[in-house]
Amino acid sequence: MSAIGRSLKRLEDRPLLTGDGCFAADNRADGQVHMRIVRSPIAFGRILDIETDEAKALPGVIAVWTAADIADLPPIDFRMTRIAGLEPYRQHVLARDYVRYVGDPVAVVFADNPYIAEDAAELVFCDIEEETPCLDATADPVAFMPERDPALLSEAAVITKSYGDMEAAFAGAAAIIEMELKVGRHTGVPLETRGALAVRDPETGVLTMYGAAKVPHYNRDSIARMLGLEPEQVRLSEGHVGGGFGIRGELYPEDVLVCAAACRLGVPVKWVEDRREHLMAANHSRDQVHRIKAAVDANGFVRGLVDTFYTDQGGYVRTHGGTVSDLAAALLPGPYLIPAYHVEGHIRLTNKTPSGTYRAPGRYETTFVRERLMDAIAARLGLDPMEVRRVNLIPEDRMPFDRGIEALGTHVLYDSGKYHDLLDRTLTRIGYQDLKADLARRRVAGEAVGLGIAFFVEKSGLGPHDLVTMAVQPDDTIEIVTGAASVGQGVETAMAQICSDVLGVPIERIRVIHGQTDRIAIGFGAFASRVTVMTGSAVKIAAEALRDKAIALAAPLLQADVRTLTLEMGCVVSRDSGATIGLAEIVAQSGKDLDAEGLFRADHMNYPYGIHVAQVRVDEAVSGIQVERYLVAYDVGRAINPMLIEGQIVGAAAQGIGGALLEEFIYNEEGQPLATSFADYLMPTCHEMPPVEVLLREDAPSPQNPLGVKGAGEGGITAVGAAIAAAVDDALGRPGLITSLPISPRRLHALLRR
Amino acid sequence: MANKHVITLIVNGKDYTLSVEARRTLADALRDDCGLTGTHLGCEHGVCGACTVLVDDKPVRSCLMFAVQAEGCSVRTVEGLAKGDALHLLQKAFWENHGLQCGFCTPGFLMLAAGALEADPDLSEEEIRDILSSNLCRCTGYQNIIKSVCLAANEMRACPPSADR
Repeated sequence: MSAIGRSLKRLEDRPLLTGDGCFAADNRADGQVHMRIVRSPIAFGRILDIETDEAKALPGVIAVWTAADIADLPPIDFRMTRIAGLEPYRQHVLARDYVRYVGDPVAVVFADNPYIAEDAAELVFCDIEEETPCLDATADPVAFMPERDPALLSEAAVITKSYGDMEAAFAGAAAIIEMELKVGRHTGVPLETRGALAVRDPETGVLTMYGAAKVPHYNRDSIARMLGLEPEQVRLSEGHVGGGFGIRGELYPEDVLVCAAACRLGVPVKWVEDRREHLMAANHSRDQVHRIKAAVDANGFVRGLVDTFYTDQGGYVRTHGGTVSDLAAALLPGPYLIPAYHVEGHIRLTNKTPSGTYRAPGRYETTFVRERLMDAIAARLGLDPMEVRRVNLIPEDRMPFDRGIEALGTHVLYDSGKYHDLLDRTLTRIGYQDLKADLARRRVAGEAVGLGIAFFVEKSGLGPHDLVTMAVQPDDTIEIVTGAASVGQGVETAMAQICSDVLGVPIERIRVIHGQTDRIAIGFGAFASRVTVMTGSAVKIAAEALRDKAIALAAPLLQADVRTLTLEMGCVVSRDSGATIGLAEIVAQSGKDLDAEGLFRADHMNYPYGIHVAQVRVDEAVSGIQVERYLVAYDVGRAINPMLIEGQIVGAAAQGIGGALLEEFIYNEEGQPLATSFADYLMPTCHEMPPVEVLLREDAPSPQNPLGVKGAGEGGITAVGAAIAAAVDDALGRPGLITSLPISPRRLHALLRR
Repeated sequence: MANKHVITLIVNGKDYTLSVEARRTLADALRDDCGLTGTHLGCEHGVCGACTVLVDDKPVRSCLMFAVQAEGCSVRTVEGLAKGDALHLLQKAFWENHGLQCGFCTPGFLMLAAGALEADPDLSEEEIRDILSSNLCRCTGYQNIIKSVCLAANEMRACPPSADR
């Protein structure tokens, strides 16, 4: 039986269930010292002085550094989407001249235990001349660091993309619809905070950072470059990772500091952040305002769409460069034809925590924008919202569909999709007409209940390539080494299933090594829903090469022609004689290694797609919203392990519900963050979660990889804001009411009074 | 801050004699002094519940309790849940029903559920949901956690664990 498509139990789980996991904070080394960051209490201001004497005098304190002590370290560079002009906005490891958000690292304390490090950090005094913070990305740009460079303004870049004849689109329009739509500031918030342990081997000089995640190879190279070391002198090692969601594993100031300190202090250095720090220092995300203008015909067909949007980038431009804005600009049109499109995305610096990617970056925001537009068109023209979508969806016979613009430097080419078919299946699954009638009856009876449906296109499988090595071990297990990373999503199991599918070896006999820079020369890590597509394809290629090599080596041992040999259940079998030989036995008898490499390249991303359905009940008395039912229909091309995919989808939907209803980083007018604990930054508990149904489809395999797979990690979150907003409108009978997320009780209360 | 107290914690049936400052949390004592890193710290302010352990059979947030307060108490952590190689029914159910992804919150959920089901084996699904709402998970969306605990509760009722702990 094929190992692909089966809901096998995960290989990863046992140590995680017994307490034997090794997360970042679980690493320790003899003689380790503890690092604590002193963070700016001020949102924006010029640093006059940082007084560290008192901290240094505390018994147990080993060193206190400010920017002056590490003046040789360059700022943290971009990993992705380097856009001309962004360089001056990069973040230094410790603030220089100015602080630009509450939480900006200004000094760092090293002490022999974490309690003393924290005591000492509180004794560091920052003398900062306060400036008026900029907290509105749509306001006119202001000086980034007024005294250092008065001409450098807070608009770091503008991303423009365009196709089609806009003038013609508007000239013949039956209606023109303008809207302003906003998605609030929220982010991944993995349950494990960040942390690292850096150890330099005094004999070899090799620096090892434990607690790596997401992109270990890239970060190894960056850390080496910043510290003036050769890449082979730096090793990054990933253990268990307590959730990623885009934010964890990017190179942050603290990662560089632990490594620099391990080198300069000559002792192992450990750092574990607390939750308050995490909420003000790790990447935030979303926070976009879109101003759109659409020309539509009488059927609701969008002839042309113009969007100007503003991304609130926060205090600095971090490793993602222009990624979020670029993706938002490129993928806003989603599943619709939209023959003319013009977008201008402004990347604006403010005095909030710097932003980066969070699960479905740019798509959560633009799906909200685009699907709100579809609902507005339906309301304006008196059409059914599903009909409006039908006339706009890209038909199957137009696939592959060339959007004519680029995303992340790759041509946007929708590889496959049966959009109308999925819409029909989804509406059938929920019993659309009956459900609408049922909700209408409940509304007549006095309940504020409604239905919202939103379509989306995701993207996955970002290249450029991925390598795996695979080798049969003496104990007859197979070891796969990949440069991919695991952030808890089940990479080991999925890769083992793909390998097992070729070799017939049960997954329990396959070990997957990931996130270890000393085990494989290259690796691109885990982001952009790329692992199953890229690494999975490389595993398949390697397994097929291993199979061919096993047969070639077995032929003389079995005295058989290779054409009569097959690989079944991990053994080479002769169809003629019935003789068999196991893989480890082939190694033992032939005296040769049984190993292989797989390299997979991809020039284009691929594009999974889906539909979210939300049914909500609004309690007008308390401005509360209860999600009664939720469905995600998602076509992933081919499902390696449906149980894991459903797990991804349901978990992502929970995060999406958080972003739609609860989660928001609010700042007061001084730029003080008001959500720096879990009592203020509210994430869904199981009480807020409805039952989530998953309609998993494999109708449109990707023609761009040998497995046909598309990424499954993000589609559960993409359309949540859009679907819930539509459902709330419907429940209240007020089309177009919701234009901003999250729909917090406070915001809904204000809307209901209007 | 140099004032230290010598205390004895009974963790998973084993005595640990520690010298700790009064301000040392139970979580830090378990993780750093006893070397039991299965108890995780997700927020250190008592909201997420990742650090939940059983103190005299009751679930507590070990980040909100000082080690000195647990002197002489029986503390149970996730490391004590399995009996040798034999996983606890809750652990088995989480594995079989994909009740974990990154696994960081898992020890807290396991201990919370274990404590709740020992106190009342007949909890309804709604009561279980209510209890589990006191912990946070960021990966699973909770569906499979609730399913795992409910299925384990059924099995535990069918074959109650022996009284020895």
